[in-house]
Amino acid sequence: MTDSKYFTTTKKGEIFELKAELNSDKKEKKKEAVKKVIASMTVGKDVSALFPDVVNCMQTDNLELKKLVYLYLMNYAKSQPDMAIMAVNTFVKDCEDPNPLIRALAVRTMGCIRVDKITEYLCEPLRKCLKDEDPYVRKTAAVCVAKLHDINAQLVEDQGFLDTLKDLISDSNPMVVANAVAALSEIAESHPNSNLLDLNPQTINKLLTALNECTEWGQIFILDCLANYTPRDDRESQSICERVTPRLSHANSAVVLSAVKVLMKFMEMLPKDLDYYGTLLKKLAPPLVTLLSAEPELQYVALRNINLIVQRRPEILKHEMKVFFVKYNDPIYVKLEKLDIMIRLASQANIAQVLAELKEYATEVDVDFVRKAVRAIGRCAIKVEQSAERCVSTLLDLIQTKVNYVVQEAIVVIKDIFRKYPNKYESVIATLCENLDSLDEPEARAAMIWIVGEYAERIDNADELLESFLEGFHDESTQVQLQLLTAIVKLFLKKPTETQELVQQVLSLATQDSDNPDLRDRGYIYWRLLSTDPVAAKEVVLAEKPLISEETDLIEPTLLEELICHIGTLASVYHKPPSAFVEGSRGVQHKRLPGSAGSGESVESPDTGSAAGVPDAPPAVIPSQGDLLGDLLNLDLTPPATSGPPPPATSGLQLGAMDLLGGGLDSLMGAGFGAPPAATAAPFSAPVSGGLDDLFDLGGGVGMPMGAYSPPKTVWLPAMKGKGLEISGTFARRGGVIQMEMTLTNKAMSVMTDFAIQFNRNSFGLAPAGPLQVLTPLSPNQSIEVSLPLSTVGPVMKMDPLNNLQVKPTL
Amino acid sequence: MIGGLFIYNHKGEVLISRVYRDDIGRNAVDAFRVNVIHARQQVRSPVTNIARTSFFHVKRSNIWLAAVTKQNVNAAMVFEFLYKMCDVMTAYFGKISEENIKNNFVLIYELLDEILDFGYPQNSETGALKTFITQQGIKGQCQTKEEQSQITSQVTGQIGWRREGIKYRRNELFLDVLESVNLLMSPQGQVLSAHVSGRVVMKSYLSGMPECKFGMNDKIVIDKQGKGGASDDAGKSDLGGGSGKQSIAIDDCTFHQCVRLSKFDSERSISFIPPDGEYELMRYRTTKDIILPFRVIPLVREVGRTKLEVKVVIKSNFKPSLLAQKIEVRIPTPLNTSGVQVICMKGKAKYKASENAIVWKIKRMAGMKESQISAEIELLPTNDKKKWARPPISMNFEVPFAPSGLKVRYLKVFESKLNYSDHDVIKWVRYIGRSGIYETRC
Repeated sequence: MTDSKYFTTTKKGEIFELKAELNSDKKEKKKEAVKKVIASMTVGKDVSALFPDVVNCMQTDNLELKKLVYLYLMNYAKSQPDMAIMAVNTFVKDCEDPNPLIRALAVRTMGCIRVDKITEYLCEPLRKCLKDEDPYVRKTAAVCVAKLHDINAQLVEDQGFLDTLKDLISDSNPMVVANAVAALSEIAESHPNSNLLDLNPQTINKLLTALNECTEWGQIFILDCLANYTPRDDRESQSICERVTPRLSHANSAVVLSAVKVLMKFMEMLPKDLDYYGTLLKKLAPPLVTLLSAEPELQYVALRNINLIVQRRPEILKHEMKVFFVKYNDPIYVKLEKLDIMIRLASQANIAQVLAELKEYATEVDVDFVRKAVRAIGRCAIKVEQSAERCVSTLLDLIQTKVNYVVQEAIVVIKDIFRKYPNKYESVIATLCENLDSLDEPEARAAMIWIVGEYAERIDNADELLESFLEGFHDESTQVQLQLLTAIVKLFLKKPTETQELVQQVLSLATQDSDNPDLRDRGYIYWRLLSTDPVAAKEVVLAEKPLISEETDLIEPTLLEELICHIGTLASVYHKPPSAFVEGSRGVQHKRLPGSAGSGESVESPDTGSAAGVPDAPPAVIPSQGDLLGDLLNLDLTPPATSGPPPPATSGLQLGAMDLLGGGLDSLMGAGFGAPPAATAAPFSAPVSGGLDDLFDLGGGVGMPMGAYSPPKTVWLPAMKGKGLEISGTFARRGGVIQMEMTLTNKAMSVMTDFAIQFNRNSFGLAPAGPLQVLTPLSPNQSIEVSLPLSTVGPVMKMDPLNNLQVKPTL
Repeated sequence: MIGGLFIYNHKGEVLISRVYRDDIGRNAVDAFRVNVIHARQQVRSPVTNIARTSFFHVKRSNIWLAAVTKQNVNAAMVFEFLYKMCDVMTAYFGKISEENIKNNFVLIYELLDEILDFGYPQNSETGALKTFITQQGIKGQCQTKEEQSQITSQVTGQIGWRREGIKYRRNELFLDVLESVNLLMSPQGQVLSAHVSGRVVMKSYLSGMPECKFGMNDKIVIDKQGKGGASDDAGKSDLGGGSGKQSIAIDDCTFHQCVRLSKFDSERSISFIPPDGEYELMRYRTTKDIILPFRVIPLVREVGRTKLEVKVVIKSNFKPSLLAQKIEVRIPTPLNTSGVQVICMKGKAKYKASENAIVWKIKRMAGMKESQISAEIELLPTNDKKKWARPPISMNFEVPFAPSGLKVRYLKVFESKLNYSDHDVIKWVRYIGRSGIYETRC
């Protein structure tokens, strides 16, 4: 018997023929006809015209035929709601059938028919099926509640199905429990605040019992649900972990990953000095490594997750570097992910091995992979200081291969190495310069130009080199043009005598012949700087640059915490919170890791909160997420962020000049201050311990009574980034009012006036309670103390990260 | 959860399309075809996000299986499910091919209806499924009430993988220890990485609901038993073969769902009620003290710009009484190879231009032997700046022992209700070591 013939009917008048066959008396012929209909449906043909005829075939004893008709119904009922009603009777009847397989089939299919009128009829049969004596029917009915909820949530609540579903968690059959958990979890997701799942030690115990008995899929549902629970104390946490760890030996990788998720989350609550904590850490490594012998697609999912786990708890896999070595036959997506993890695990202990591997990879065929391998060598240099020299020499070897893209990539990373270890490796510059002609990618050209500009005083023919780029100035990409402009200005400041002509040439190219506002404005700024005050220009352009660090590639901690709660899921594969790719209300809640060891009440997570949540050092600028390599390497080439030419410190600048800083302005000016961890970010009135609230409560008395504490002022906005205006400040409570106390210092050359302040919407609802009182103009080098009363009634907007308030002055 | 499941042929034509969720529209089928199957550049991830819809795909020969979703699903579960789906289809109709899928599309829809409900995977054990999803489609009616409830309790029950009432005249079981040994060696003979990934595959033909207990020379167990324990199993030790290592350190192992994991976790004992017929009892991985059955010693010399001299020696490293089979050494050649002369003392060697490699095959080779091949490779002059990447020399072989040193110590069968005991069961054990990725850089 072959069914493939059904795929081949393409005659005209087919529908009529089918209609005739469907109405035939012979059972066999009918069945044949329905098969043809389903085949046409699969290929995408519209066979909805046959609806009544197909539904007529529904009344049959033949289970196979019945299933086919049901399949058809699920597809077309929505387009023919009135006709679909015809089928209801049969469904209701089937729900009473003595055969449990048929009862289940009927209730399963009915739930898939998304017609309002049918859902009304569904309620009674569903209610019966939820209490059916046969577990197969009950487990099907449990899922059906979720289906019905998706169509008509109100109906499900009104009919009390949710309670019945909750009862099923105590069912004697493990699969019924698992499906009930799955259905409840899904429904709970669309009601973030309902206490639907109502996880308490008793239900948790039931789930853990079912965990040992149900199918692999059921185990996943249960583990994923467990991961949403927050244990009451470390003891409960440990006992759950103990019962979950056996799952790490399951053959199904998804079970393993979900178990890892539960353990990673609950581990947060265990005291680090506990023996069990160490045991648990040791138990996690082998199963993670085993995931790498799964099929490539699963390896990919596993590697994306390991990437997160390694960032959160590097100690787990620190000895397992070798398993991440790339195999020749690995699919490219596995290779690239392995490379990422190799860099993360690189340390002084294993760097020699890693470098040998990376060098090997750099000779492979896949261009993307080779590039990433070369970049990885650069990252190792930045990460493991002791290895920097070896890395540089490896990169030089690679440059000798003369493979075009290898050379370009190597130059890009060597630039980063220079930024981390200034004045250490400039001996290699000569080699780099030899390859000037082969550079055809903007990023590599820009990197090379930056190097030449930065070390202009040590390169004899720097002017010639830069001049050679100048010929095709207008054909270059923006980043090369910007870089060239800056480099030539640097060169001029270092060797003013012989390069005057060159600098004039580039300034006129940038300001007069360019349509690009960024370029033009940067050109004007340099021009004015140079013409008004060359000394200041030197200070600005040749200022010492902040060193780059390896931290730049890490996922931002709050996001990382959220992703850890999503291990195994798509979010962990994309490295994005679910809200970034899931439509609608679902997934909007941000999951958090539970509080740290010992006390269940402490809400501070171990790594974010400083003891009193005092606004101290501004948090490092960490790109929110993304490619391990990309961000760091791009730093220098685009105006924003912490690099490039520092913005000129002139005040009273024309507004137009601000374009120079482009979109980067916001992030530059945003001097975030470390507020307490997000968990304390409840409204101030709420009795939360620790964190900001403490801070404000302390100063509760009038004035500055004894013991009242206001943290010292810290610099929120350095002058360099604030166009000469330096702001340092702190928060305090005086007379019961929250005050923001600031010191404004004018470090620019000219007078500043007309200060105003604006609060963006923030997590705490902070807003100014009065206007900013700065009446006198601020002359150069003068400081002024300002105190601004605040209220907490402003608009609240949940920020991500929650604790990152941004203060942005406008001149 | 999974919103829909599509199966395409290599051209991107839909063979099977089943939508479970309302948020997946018909255009999703086309989106995957256009953006992945017909994509100009090869897709570089098994997970693709197109217009806020995520697609997971796996490929079997030239068939694409794709699962679609708009939610934050458990990604590992989706892939595990797709593999499982392939297993189930293979168990029902053999190879996954366009023809087989078209021939069985009704069956596939029936299966999809059963094993995925509203996108939630349900019981997908073929043993259980085959009791009520049959290609005849008539079984539904002629079942008695007892049969029906037996089916449903099996599908939903604790032991979903085995049905009751199985009877064999002869109770028999086969254990295959299948290992694949992986190696990456530097040209100088330094082991860069080596591991064994092994599987214990069991074929059981046992009556009733037998309780089984499996034992092997796991270091942790042996150490725990200490001095006295070893002699208990002396009688059984003849089950093993190979060389005389006492115990092995297992890095990690995973088990079929029939194994009681909590018992393994607490006592490290492997006890279970096996499925009927063939299944994979456990997988394991070892990295310590691996017996590397072959050593490859490469020597590549570039003679001028148009000639390469290659000499490769292989040495077998196991008991002389054992025989390795199906030995194949693959020596990569540059893309601009124009001609190759090969001399080998043993086996046959051929230059395969289409694969850019010299393939040297030896049918059999005993332990502690050595053999060599030398080749002269003529190259066409090129002006290509890019150097030849020198892919590693890879090797395939099969040996009749477990390179990890694993040995089966016992497999005890208890069936209290039926009148057969452990002694009546006929047991067979076989060890096969195969090459996984066995590469030596040159």
